[in-house]
Amino acid sequence: MKPLLIAAGLALALVPIWALESFHLFQLTLAVIMALAVLGLNIVTGYNGQISLGHGAFFAVGAYATAIPMSLLDWSFWATLPLSAMVCGMVGWGVGFPALRLGGLYLALTTFALAVAVPQILKHKAVEAWTGGVQGLFLLKPEAPTWLALNPDQYMYVVALLVAGFCYLLTANLLRGRIGRAMMAVRDNPTAAEAMGMDLASLKTRTFAVSAIITGMAGSLSAAVVEFVAPDSFTFILSISLFVGMVVGGVGSILGSVFGGLFVLFVPNLAEAISRSAPGVIYGAILILFLFILPDGVAGLVRRFTTKKRIIPGRETS
Amino acid sequence: MDGFAHQLIAGIATGGIYASVALALVMIYQATHHVNFAQGEMATLSTFIALTMIQAGLPYWVAFFATLVVSFIIGALVERILMRPVQNAPVLTHVGVFIGMLLIISNATGWVFGHTTKAFPTPFQSDGLLFGGLVSAHELGSTAVTLAVLILVYLFFAHTSLGLAMRAAAYNPRSARLVGIRVGWMLALGWGLAAAIGSVAGMMVAPAVFLDPNMMLGILLYAFAGALLGGIDNPAGAVGGGFAVGVLENLAGAYVVGTELKLTVALVIIIGVLVVRPSGLFGRVVFSRV
Amino acid sequence: MGMTRMLLEVKGLRGGYGPIQVLHGIDFLVEQGSVTALLGANGAGKTTTLRALCGMIRTEGEILFQGQRITGMATEEIARLGVAHVPDGRGTFMELTVEENFRLGAYTRRDGEVQADFARMWAWFPRLKQRWKQQAGTLSGGEQQMLAIARALLMRPKLLLLDEPSFGLAPLIVQEIFGIMRRIREESGVGILLVEQNANLALELADRAYLLETGSIVTSGPAAEIRQDEAIRRAYLGY
Repeated sequence: MKPLLIAAGLALALVPIWALESFHLFQLTLAVIMALAVLGLNIVTGYNGQISLGHGAFFAVGAYATAIPMSLLDWSFWATLPLSAMVCGMVGWGVGFPALRLGGLYLALTTFALAVAVPQILKHKAVEAWTGGVQGLFLLKPEAPTWLALNPDQYMYVVALLVAGFCYLLTANLLRGRIGRAMMAVRDNPTAAEAMGMDLASLKTRTFAVSAIITGMAGSLSAAVVEFVAPDSFTFILSISLFVGMVVGGVGSILGSVFGGLFVLFVPNLAEAISRSAPGVIYGAILILFLFILPDGVAGLVRRFTTKKRIIPGRETS
Repeated sequence: MDGFAHQLIAGIATGGIYASVALALVMIYQATHHVNFAQGEMATLSTFIALTMIQAGLPYWVAFFATLVVSFIIGALVERILMRPVQNAPVLTHVGVFIGMLLIISNATGWVFGHTTKAFPTPFQSDGLLFGGLVSAHELGSTAVTLAVLILVYLFFAHTSLGLAMRAAAYNPRSARLVGIRVGWMLALGWGLAAAIGSVAGMMVAPAVFLDPNMMLGILLYAFAGALLGGIDNPAGAVGGGFAVGVLENLAGAYVVGTELKLTVALVIIIGVLVVRPSGLFGRVVFSRV
Repeated sequence: MGMTRMLLEVKGLRGGYGPIQVLHGIDFLVEQGSVTALLGANGAGKTTTLRALCGMIRTEGEILFQGQRITGMATEEIARLGVAHVPDGRGTFMELTVEENFRLGAYTRRDGEVQADFARMWAWFPRLKQRWKQQAGTLSGGEQQMLAIARALLMRPKLLLLDEPSFGLAPLIVQEIFGIMRRIREESGVGILLVEQNANLALELADRAYLLETGSIVTSGPAAEIRQDEAIRRAYLGY
């Protein structure tokens, strides 16, 4: 049954390439990218129980790690991905290591600081030559290889699907295996995990680095798709949006990350139609509402309707 | 040397602001073991309220004290309405509620008061600098006000029954109940007091940085750094840390990294403290709260 | 005139932690001005009973304090009615000074005799007066127990609940503390409900005793009788 569903899902995912016009395809691509970004956050917060308020910073790092080589050094998009992964991993490690030795609160504080400080760093004169300062950098969407008869928009959609799909599969495998169980053990009962010999700090830091890389990948994709990066696209609000998306979609759920991505992308657009302040207030209100009433998010709701198994809240593994 | 002395004193003035917010953060942390990420936004809201009163014609100091009272009430209400229902929920829920509050308050403030930057008056007027170019009247006045607030808060906690009861409720809620202390009310009081302190910080900093809905985010970050530096479970340490961060920030901004990177200084301080001495200079040793 | 009103009447008390039920419906009484002992082995539910009386855990059943129903009341309200609980672990405010602990004991009092009571406590516990400005956490175990009792007495309670006052203390100190309890009974007329593992000492002091085993009362009676009943002692008290 499951392979059939996956195949159907894949087919469904490919339809938009020809069915949608440019702008809507662009939006769908962004939705895929945001879903990937939320997945990154979910790995560290949902599955490992560490609260990060600064994943927007990794999104930014990934975006610039792609934008700078493509715009200034004429690299191809694919070549920037390993660079992006490396830089995000290092930053993730560097930020996570000191904070994760202690408690979740310190990580929340540190990532909060990171999120607030990053736009400033990106604007600074010292790196302006590379980052383009306040004005940012422009780049061009990569062209599809000639044997693939797709225009750049369609091509980027496929690329986004591929990268996101790859990351999702990797994550799903990771979580189902030993490491995933270890991560969840750390989340659910750190004392017991430590008593069983797990090196908590190391596991937590590695998980954090992986989650940084995944959100960084999303950032890289977004740079290529949007064709523009600027410091003000990556403010603290982005980090909060990812957080809200994760909660609304479903903490600790891969499916939830998809819902979260959709939420992050479309709700602000809808809300902004009302007033400039509306998105923030609505975001905040929805976040609190979900925390009070639907702590398992939309994914949790879906699961309640589709499975007959007894569910222990907060312990989903899919 | 003139420049240095001025930077030092200006640093102390801003340090007073950070120390106040740091104190508010530590008060709530001690009582609930949670960090109020929305502390800055609450202070901004208070400052807007003050501005509204002033623009309506109230004399500055009347508006000042009225804002203190209103902020106190708002803080206490937030605790009762938002924090009470989730008091036994997991950490993620708590952080989420704080973030939700941050979003709502900051955006509602923008919606009600508008997003344009506004000038906020200072009661301490001077043309140019005093004491031979060392300090402006506002810097001097704001330092005096924040110091006065900090001293009053200290006296309240150290020498009044209510202050003692609040400390007891923060240290040991179970035993506090056993002697008849209504711990729930103590929490609401603590939040109210923290909000009032934050409002003072907001009103003192607004004349210098101008008032807009995002005014306090950077300041909140510095207050975090100060609280961590001094020891997040130690109110006196947090105050000292706040002053230290103010001076460090100013000196670093003037002589090392330039003013555009000041927020990064806060980030570096935070990470530095966590790497070198997580309990801060004066806090108790942190056991990895696993 | 009639019978003196019961200080504490408990009927069908049930309670526990989360899904775990510890007390399975117990009944007991505490008379005004008397010492009642609640005995039993580890895990019998003695501490749980005291917690139930103070509203610290979920409970069902009837708890009447001076005729008033207190089941389901908040802990701090029960304390304000006149129930002073010295919990397991003593419940001292470790970070605060001895003086501050005293002041907290008297926190809810509105009469003018607090200073006089301080003086009385200093007379009963001179060591506490010596350590007046010291942090409570620096006191020895015995001194902390005395501080906990002093703090409870400063509430001018009508009922004093003591959870294993002898726990972890040297025999000499334990004697001192039981001496204090005798003084309490004689001089202040406060009713005492004493939970103790040291059954012998408890039975020497108490007027009445209840034996608790896995959440139920298995026997009860005048303390003197239980003390002399070898069968009961061997079966439930281990001596």
